[in-house]
Amino acid sequence: MNIDGVYNGIVLDHIQAGKSMEIYELLGLDKISSSVAIIQNVRSVKYGKKDIIKIDEIINLDYDILGYVDSHITVNVVKEGKLEKKLHMALPESLRNVLSCKNPRCITSVEQEIVHEFRLVDREKRIYRCVYCDAEQ
Amino acid sequence: MEKVRNLINVTDLTTEEIDGLIELADDISKNPEAYRNICAYKKLATLFFEPSTRTRLSFEAAMLELGGNVLGFSSADSSSAAKGESVGDTIRTVGNYVDIIAMRHPKEGAPIIAARRSPVPIINGGDGGHFHPTQTLADLLTIKRKKGRLNNLTVGVCGDLKFGRTVHSLIEAMLRYDEVSFVLISPQELQVPEYVKERMNAAGVKWRETEALSEVMPELDILYMTRVQRERFFNEEDYIRLKDRYILTSAKLLVAKKDMIILHPLPRVNEISVEVDDDPRACYFYQALCGKHIRMALILFLLGIKKV
Repeated sequence: MNIDGVYNGIVLDHIQAGKSMEIYELLGLDKISSSVAIIQNVRSVKYGKKDIIKIDEIINLDYDILGYVDSHITVNVVKEGKLEKKLHMALPESLRNVLSCKNPRCITSVEQEIVHEFRLVDREKRIYRCVYCDAEQ
Repeated sequence: MEKVRNLINVTDLTTEEIDGLIELADDISKNPEAYRNICAYKKLATLFFEPSTRTRLSFEAAMLELGGNVLGFSSADSSSAAKGESVGDTIRTVGNYVDIIAMRHPKEGAPIIAARRSPVPIINGGDGGHFHPTQTLADLLTIKRKKGRLNNLTVGVCGDLKFGRTVHSLIEAMLRYDEVSFVLISPQELQVPEYVKERMNAAGVKWRETEALSEVMPELDILYMTRVQRERFFNEEDYIRLKDRYILTSAKLLVAKKDMIILHPLPRVNEISVEVDDDPRACYFYQALCGKHIRMALILFLLGIKKV
């Protein structure tokens, strides 16, 4: 299977196998006009299998989303065929409009146009807490 | 311009500020004349999207006794919330009319939205099962007046500890005082949420859970009773099954310390028998009076009229 290398763009590497479509949607990659390649189940020495997303344009990515969905992802920014920077994701300290609070008693369940905000309270267990009602997700 | 201070959670106040508010409340009740007109031409809005007797009326009485004025509504039905107006918009509007706002809302976190939108101080008068900081201040003032201290106390909290916001706030506030331990008395289904347990663990206080009130009664300095709140249940069957689990009677108090105090944020339904009202240890109506005194102090503090 041949997919062109990226000359000016971004390669999201080390995505947990099976998560690439979720990331594609969360990052809104369906809304950009450049080419995007989703490669699933690529053989990986480190993880056995992995997914890769190649974006043929340097765009602003929401690193909070990436870090939350899969903190093992590596973001490679390629400029004029050369790796310009490599970023390792981590669980973000806070999330804005990534999660929705599931507590039916939370103000976010009724208030219009409110930013859903969570803060990380336990990195090991990946627990986030709603800043409004303190419910855990 | 000085930053507007709000009271959303009791953690918004430092220990020094809490102690200062207690001192100011004591001064107000000893010298009411000195405070009679201190809030002249100031207005308090009481925006209660959920019913209340004590909290709303004590806020209003507090402001009136300070010489100020009050306006507001006592149910969401009598405000534009009934037309679908957001909390943010309501607060931005009312913030144009008054100097300070006390609000209660059934949804948790509503006062945080309010504080972000308001040009004037917001006081959380209860948000769902979440926080109720002014009740906590009233509880602390009552404990200080009746026990003479806020440290070195064994505090039993009994009833609905899951949705009981007064319990969460009281624990949070008392964590900062030395040698305070908690006995959490509730059915398994109504135990305190995990985040409250985490807070107690992080603070390093002693606490334990039990379902048996009678067993722990002799060791308590304070027994804080709570109501199982029908409005917090989505399932009527669960409410009916749990509501009569703890009923405090004179017989059960026989093994309690002679100087233990009984507190309850009120309203009660049947969790404290009326016969207990005559027991000198019953302090819950006095607690309601303390609620007015501490709210007077809080209004003066948040308006910047008195420093604590």
